[in-house]
Parts: sequence; structure tokens; C-alpha cells
Amino acid sequence: MSAEPDHRARRPKLAVWKFASCDGCQLTLLDCEDELLGIAENMEISYFLEASSAPGPGPYDLSLVEGSVTTQHDAERIQHIRNVSSRLVTIGACATAGGVQALRNYADVAEFLAVVYARPDYIETLATSTPISAHVPVDFELRGCPIDRGQLIEVIVAFLAGRTPNVPAHSVCFECKRRGNVCVTVAHGTPCLGPVTHSGCGALCPTYGRGCYGCFGPSNSTNFGAFIPLLRRDGMNTLDVVRVLRTFNTAAPEFDAASRKELRQ
Amino acid sequence: MTDHTSKVLRVGALARVEGEGALYLCLQDGEVAEARLAIYEPPRFFEAFLRGRSYREPPDITARVCGICPVAYQMSACRAIEDACGVVVGGQLAALRRLLYCGEWIESQTLHIYLLHAPDFLGADSATDLARTHHADVERGLRLKQAGNAIVELLGGRAIHPINARLGGFHRLPTPSELRPLAEQLRRARDDAAATARWVADFDFPDAGCDHDLLALAEPGTYAIESGTPTVMISPSGAGLPADTNRALPTRTFDVCEFDDHVVETQVPHSTALHSRLDGHRHLTGTLARYAISGRWLSPIALEAAQDAGLGNPREGAVCRNPFRSIVVRAIEVLYAVDEALRIIDAYEPTPRACVDVPPRAGTGYGATEAPRGMLYHRYSMRDDGTITDASIVPPTAQNQGAIEHDLLRLVQERLGSGQPTDAELAFLCEKAIRNHDPCISCSAHFLNLTVLREGRSASIRDGGRDSQR
Ligand code: SF4
Ligand code: SF4
Repeated sequence: MSAEPDHRARRPKLAVWKFASCDGCQLTLLDCEDELLGIAENMEISYFLEASSAPGPGPYDLSLVEGSVTTQHDAERIQHIRNVSSRLVTIGACATAGGVQALRNYADVAEFLAVVYARPDYIETLATSTPISAHVPVDFELRGCPIDRGQLIEVIVAFLAGRTPNVPAHSVCFECKRRGNVCVTVAHGTPCLGPVTHSGCGALCPTYGRGCYGCFGPSNSTNFGAFIPLLRRDGMNTLDVVRVLRTFNTAAPEFDAASRKELRQ
Repeated sequence: MTDHTSKVLRVGALARVEGEGALYLCLQDGEVAEARLAIYEPPRFFEAFLRGRSYREPPDITARVCGICPVAYQMSACRAIEDACGVVVGGQLAALRRLLYCGEWIESQTLHIYLLHAPDFLGADSATDLARTHHADVERGLRLKQAGNAIVELLGGRAIHPINARLGGFHRLPTPSELRPLAEQLRRARDDAAATARWVADFDFPDAGCDHDLLALAEPGTYAIESGTPTVMISPSGAGLPADTNRALPTRTFDVCEFDDHVVETQVPHSTALHSRLDGHRHLTGTLARYAISGRWLSPIALEAAQDAGLGNPREGAVCRNPFRSIVVRAIEVLYAVDEALRIIDAYEPTPRACVDVPPRAGTGYGATEAPRGMLYHRYSMRDDGTITDASIVPPTAQNQGAIEHDLLRLVQERLGSGQPTDAELAFLCEKAIRNHDPCISCSAHFLNLTVLREGRSASIRDGGRDSQR
């Protein structure tokens, strides 16, 4: 990524957009208490409705996009956003992998509507929840449900410096080792998705004594053939395995394929 | 739309809230015939896909309904499922849950005060804009918010969607030595919270009242947060009084397992959020309701700050029914939560086990807690193996929608009575009135489209400076 316009002349413009999501990833930006005012000095926070009622006009130098596409209207809106954005970065599992709402992709949406609403006909929705990259080209995808604050700052700093963000794609296991954690699977037989899950959280769950549930989505190399027998050894049955893969990153291709394969067996 | 042509005023966004809103005002003969707040959130179907999941999963999954108050979802889910399993979590584990919840209150209420609401009173568009004129104040706000986050991060692992809460308690307990630096940070935060209450008390507040039944949990002896009995304080008109009566009125209670009998949700065509009525009446839940019902249980320091801030003495029956002053009440709640967090940390004694067992059993369970923006109710039914067969979630904003519409109607009516407001003025007034209630209409993009129907004339105006790029 590069911050193309000379920002000595003007500060680059930042925009934050929301699609179907919980707001948690954009809230991560407001949770950067120590850095927020500094970011505002280096970038013009031009469009960020959660934080400002004075949205500035585009085009924008960096657009952060949260949430997945679940309505026809949103499918059109993302095209517009791409057109007015020099760089487009997705933040979070919803925007990069359809989010928890992609669980509808396996179900009959009419039935889902009937469970929640007495008058499903009032509700407008697509049958699927899809990541932003299914609709427009994306310059960088930041993982996590929610994203990690440190990684978000790295993305912004890298943008300002005109370099690629340094966000490694190895597994949570690496972070566990770096943190000096005892492996919860080896030591306690706790089922843990760490071996197939993208790093970024600092191996949070194992540090708190629980198994990883995969909220950062698949890592860059996943070996489900070797991994799933490990989950079974630690007491998970087929439905348990399918459920744990089908949660916050259910539409990530690796998790999706592994869960479908499980169900076929 | 009969003989009127609709006038669509795109005011751009309903900013500084979570979610997308549209507002429809119908004006006839100088009167407001109707005010409708529509929430257009793309539905995310949580209740549907919880069916068939394990009873251990809702605390993690329902947290994702809202990134602003994930702890509230986790705690209501835990209470409801533990209720179904016949388990009550008590002692130090219950105290730590309350501590975790205090962290979310501090963080979320401070976010609302400084980043979303204060700009309305000080003529700014955002907190970063506000920082140009009130730098020290905004820094204090960020520091205070950080203290709330620090609690949630230590106890929950991270500030958004904590990973450490589970049925029966926690995965891992903090050690006393981990709590010590937190207590130091909270002592500074207590000064910041007291300063916040003084700061917001000096804002200019329009005279206003609200005539709704108030609904909050009550737990005599303490300010109810993570448990209590649903309690209703009747509306002033129910007692034959004016809307701005700042006196406590009679209350009644019901068991949380009867929640569905009292708070009935209906779907309306203009919104994806369900509307609800309490025993057939419009009701309000959240900061003002809690303060009216639990105010007398504030700690001494919060009680004193409330009186200094002009809210009167809740022990003597003072309540606040001015929605614009909710920012003051919110500041008092933050001060209380910081003070309460310190009390819990001081009294903390490590227990041997981080959680109690919660074995599954067939049945239905009910749970309600006080999310920062109001009562959040969960209900789950499950089979004996712990598979969930039915789930129901009633968030505070859906409950408050009718009360917010009523506030809008009154305010616009009053404004019409004092001259000829432009549509832009009306829109700004309405946005402010909505933000008083900190609605969390998460799950969508944020836009307030104001449609004004005026008899006999129509126009379409687009407010350029606030264009919403859509
Ligand atoms: S990825 Fe998770 S935290 Fe981020 S918006 Fe989606 S549900 Fe919320
Ligand atoms: S350990 Fe796994 S589930 Fe836990 S926070 Fe990290 S990626 Fe998410």
C-alpha cells in the first residue's frame, strides 16, 4: 500500500464504512485512546459516522470497511465506496469472511426470517452474507472478530509510510510459543483451533486457559487432514467439529470446505 | 402517500449512534400528526441460528450482536442458561462478573458522553473536533474510557468480545497482583469521573420531560447491574401528573420469567427492529429508568456528586425525567461504576475454582441484566443434552423505540409552536433527541433520512454539507 498523495500538501483522508456487523471493529479505532488524537493529526478523519456527524465528501485516500454484504442495496453501495477510495482495507471477520451472519448461507433464509419476524415480507435481505472481496477488489484484509488494536494501528501507520502492513499470516500456535504458554491441547487435552487459526490476537484464549475458537479465521497454511483427528481425540464429535468451524468465519473458504467435508463423512 | 407529496430531506447520517435510522414526520395544520423512527438494520438472525447450537455457545456468539456492549450479551446469556440448568453463581465469581460489567459500563457510558453526546452541547461535530477547543476534557474522557477497557481487558482478555467469560464463571481468574495496578488506575479514574460529572452538569439543558413508564432491574441494597427483579415505575400521566415531574412514582415488579407476558414485541412495517409495549404502555429503559429505580442505592460518593450536579437527592425520591440531562445521569453512573469496581477489587479474595459446573438439563431459562443502554433480556430452551431449541433476545433499543418516537413528537410540536423551523433545524433537533437515549441500532450503516410531509406543499432538499455518500 502507499499513501500516494503528498501529505505534506494535505493530510490523507480516512473513511470508515459499515455493512452488516456489530460495530466492534470500527469501535477498535475509538479504543485506540492513546493514539486516536495522533491519528487525527496525521489523517483527516473525513467520514466516520460512529464518531462524527460531519461527513466530508470523497474521494478518500484510505477506506476501512467493516461488515458483510447482506442486502441488494449494500451490494450497490460497496461499488460506490470502491469508486471513491484509493485504498480499501477490510477490517474484521464480517468484512473478510462474511461474519457470523454468514451462517445463513447454509440455511433456508425464508425459514430464518420466519423464526425472527412475524411478518417476514417486511424484511429485505439477501439469501447470503458475503465478504467485501466477493464484490470489489480489496487492497488488504485485516482479520479478527474483532480486529486487534495493534494490528489496526500497524495498517494505518503502514499506509501513511507507503509500505505493506507487517501482519504475519502464521498460526496462533506461533504466538503461544512466543508467549511461553503451555499448550492447552498437549497439556490438558483441550480442543483448540490454534493450529489452523490466523495469528493476530497474541494467543489470547490459550493464555486464559481455553482453546482457540478460531475468531481470526484460517491461517495461511491449514492441514485439516492432520488437525481434525486431534479434535476428535480431545472429545469432539462430527457436529462439534462442524459447529466450531461454522461460527465467526464460517464463509472463509478453508473453514467452509473443512466443515462440508466433515458433514459428508 | 395520499394527496401529499413526500418531502425527502436527506440530512445524511444519524451520526454518533450505532446503526441506521430513518425518521418520518407528518405535519398537518401546524401539528405533528405522526413521528416514526425506522431502524433499517440488515437482519443478522441470531435467534434463528442459535437453534441447534450447544448451550455453551451463546455467551460467545451473542456477544457479536453488539461490539459496544458485548459483556451485557454475555452476562444475560449466562444468566438465562444457568437459570435453565438450575445453577446460581454466587460469591467471588458473581462479584467478578459485576466487576467485568462495571468495566463495560465505564467504557461504554464514557464513550457515549465524550465521543457521541457532548459534541451536541458544545457545538462540535465529533470528539476530534471537540478536542480542538476542549483538549483537556477530551483527554480526560479517553483516559476514563481506557480505565473501563482496562477492567474488561484484564478480566475478559480483550475489550471487545471478551473471551474469558463462560457459563458458571470464568476460564481463568485474575490474581491479586494483577488487580493491584488496575486499582491504581481506577483511583485516578474516580477523579476523572467526578470531574466528568462536574463538566457535564454545566452544559445548557433545554427544559423537557418524558412521560413513559420506566423499566429497570432492582436489587434492594445495591445499584442493579448484572441481576435483579424487573421493576416498573409508572409514568407521570399514569399518576395524573405533568411529564416533567421529577419525583419518584409508585413501582411494581414482576419475575424475569414473566418478561414475555409483560413486554410484548410487535413488528411494524417501517422497521427491522421489533417494537415492544410494557403491559400495553410505551416504556423507557436505560440510564433514566435505572436512576429512578436504583438511585437511592448509589454509593455515598456518587450520591453526593448527583446532588452537586443538580439532580437532587434520590434517597429523598428525586428522579430525572429530562432526556437531555441523561448525560449527567450517565456521568453519575460512571462514577458509581468506578467506585463499585474499586470496592469489589478491595474485597476480592481468590477462590479455588474459576467456575462452577453447569450441567445441561431440559428446560427453559430466563435472564436479564442492565446493559449500559437498558435492560437486555434473553430466553433459551434446550434439550437434556444441552442443544438449544429456541432462543429469544429482547435488546433495550427495540424496547425504547416507542418512547423515542414520543419524545420526538413532543419536541417537534414544541418547536413548531415557537416559530417556523427549517427542515434542517428539525433534523438536528431530532438527531439530538435520539442521541439522548444512546440508541444502539447496530447492524447496519448509519443514516437518518428525514421525511417531512407538510400539508399542501412539498420539496426535496438535500443538505449538501452533510451529504451521506450513498
Ligand atoms: S468481525 Fe466480529 S467484531 Fe468485527 S464487526 Fe464483525 S462481528 Fe463485530
Ligand atoms: S485464541 Fe483464537 S479464538 Fe481466542 S482470540 Fe485468538 S484467534 Fe480468537
